[in-house]
Amino acid sequence: MMHLLTSLLWIVLKVLLIALPLLGAVAYMTLAERKILAYAHVRIGPNRVGFLGLLQPLADGIKLFFKEVIIPTKANSTVFILAPIVSFTTAAAAWAVIPFNTDWILANVNASLLYVLALTSLGVYGILMAGWASNSKYALLGAMRSAAQVVSYEIAMGFALVGVLMAADSTNLQDIVLHQQGGFWHWYWLPLLPMFIVYWISGVAETNRAPFDMAEGEAEIVAGFHVEYSGMSFAIFFLAEYANMILISALASILFLGGWLSPFEGIPILGSLFAFVPGIVWFFSKMAIFLFLYVWLRATFPRYRYDQIMHLGWKVLIPVTIVWIVIEGLLIELKVAPWFS
Amino acid sequence: MRSLKDIAKSFMLWELLVGLKLTGRYVLSKKITIQYPEEKTPISTRFRGLHALRRYANGEERCIACKLCEAVCPALAITIDSAPREDGSRRTTLYEIDLFKCIYCGFCEESCPVDSIVETHLSHYHFENRGENIMTKPMLLAIGDRYEADIANARTEDAPYR
Repeated sequence: MMHLLTSLLWIVLKVLLIALPLLGAVAYMTLAERKILAYAHVRIGPNRVGFLGLLQPLADGIKLFFKEVIIPTKANSTVFILAPIVSFTTAAAAWAVIPFNTDWILANVNASLLYVLALTSLGVYGILMAGWASNSKYALLGAMRSAAQVVSYEIAMGFALVGVLMAADSTNLQDIVLHQQGGFWHWYWLPLLPMFIVYWISGVAETNRAPFDMAEGEAEIVAGFHVEYSGMSFAIFFLAEYANMILISALASILFLGGWLSPFEGIPILGSLFAFVPGIVWFFSKMAIFLFLYVWLRATFPRYRYDQIMHLGWKVLIPVTIVWIVIEGLLIELKVAPWFS
Repeated sequence: MRSLKDIAKSFMLWELLVGLKLTGRYVLSKKITIQYPEEKTPISTRFRGLHALRRYANGEERCIACKLCEAVCPALAITIDSAPREDGSRRTTLYEIDLFKCIYCGFCEESCPVDSIVETHLSHYHFENRGENIMTKPMLLAIGDRYEADIANARTEDAPYR
């Protein structure tokens, strides 16, 4: 009994250790996004609340917290309230299997890659529920767009993951990282370059971020699925979106950039020079690169039209991944060093 | 051949990278934001803000009640009444500008033969009650007294271009 209790407490502690920094990261991601977008506009962005605007996320959070949560009269209130919760739960639950460092992992599941794939796909149910429960045409249109988009990009993403799976011969994220040992050139981004790019593009599409943010499409359908949401219920959608962004960044660095491994591994002088850097620093800096890329893409590209998204998903990304799976099979069969030996 | 090249180009995401390079350059470029209350952009010497009535150096008011400004005002914002003063000179007894009517065209200033009515650089003012939009003669003279240095400075700086 005592043993069960202590192990349970341990798990709760570990969950808090992941969840609280995640919330902090989400808060500061919003600030970072506003800052980077501002920089791309040759502005300086929020800098009034606190030093360099560092308290801005706090102020935004307090503002949203005190706002009224309005539930439309004709909305299905149960589903309406449930939708943001589903969105955020799926975004947060996927973090259970993310390895932060050697053995720094909440649940070392053998099928963690599949688990992550499943949860990121479940996230769209939050959007669907929100769109349906709102009983508003814009919300419904946004939800439908989002559903169609996720269905098509899921496939490309799945195929890209198959590539990683073949290379690492494992669905355990920790094993996948360990298979990439040996420094920058041993990571999977190089032999799986097309997969890497396809994964990243579908990851951006999967999180409904620009240029794939048709589900929001403020120019055509106001704000899409969260048109009717306000206050905290809106904030939770916001949290979920950013948590998903960070998750996709973490996955991209685990699957293609060697997770917590140092890029200088095996290089004579640099390798020993940077040996003292803990793995988690490498992991977080790789994630930061991807998060910056998210905002950079948003600052650069206009939104895709619906048919263009479908064209890109079905006629470009999926064929590319299928072709590359065949090529990768050949590479594995020929035992091409250093990745597949 | 041409289309093959295009396909290769699009698969290398070439155009997208070019776009990213452009925005990336702007991210790194120097920011042009003026942080308003602390920093301000320069104001022209001909800036037309709140009105003022000026005085001569000996303290005598310049206005001689010629009513040219009242006549030229396209918005009919100026109202003037005049009468002889004890010393026999012609002076205004009433000089009012309705700031709600005024369009800040600067015609009054241009028409004034004695440089009495001028528009200052003041652009930050507000009204809290009804009627505060009417600038009376004492108010206009007070503004002129307070900002005479600025007003005179702007006029001398602008003089070579007039």
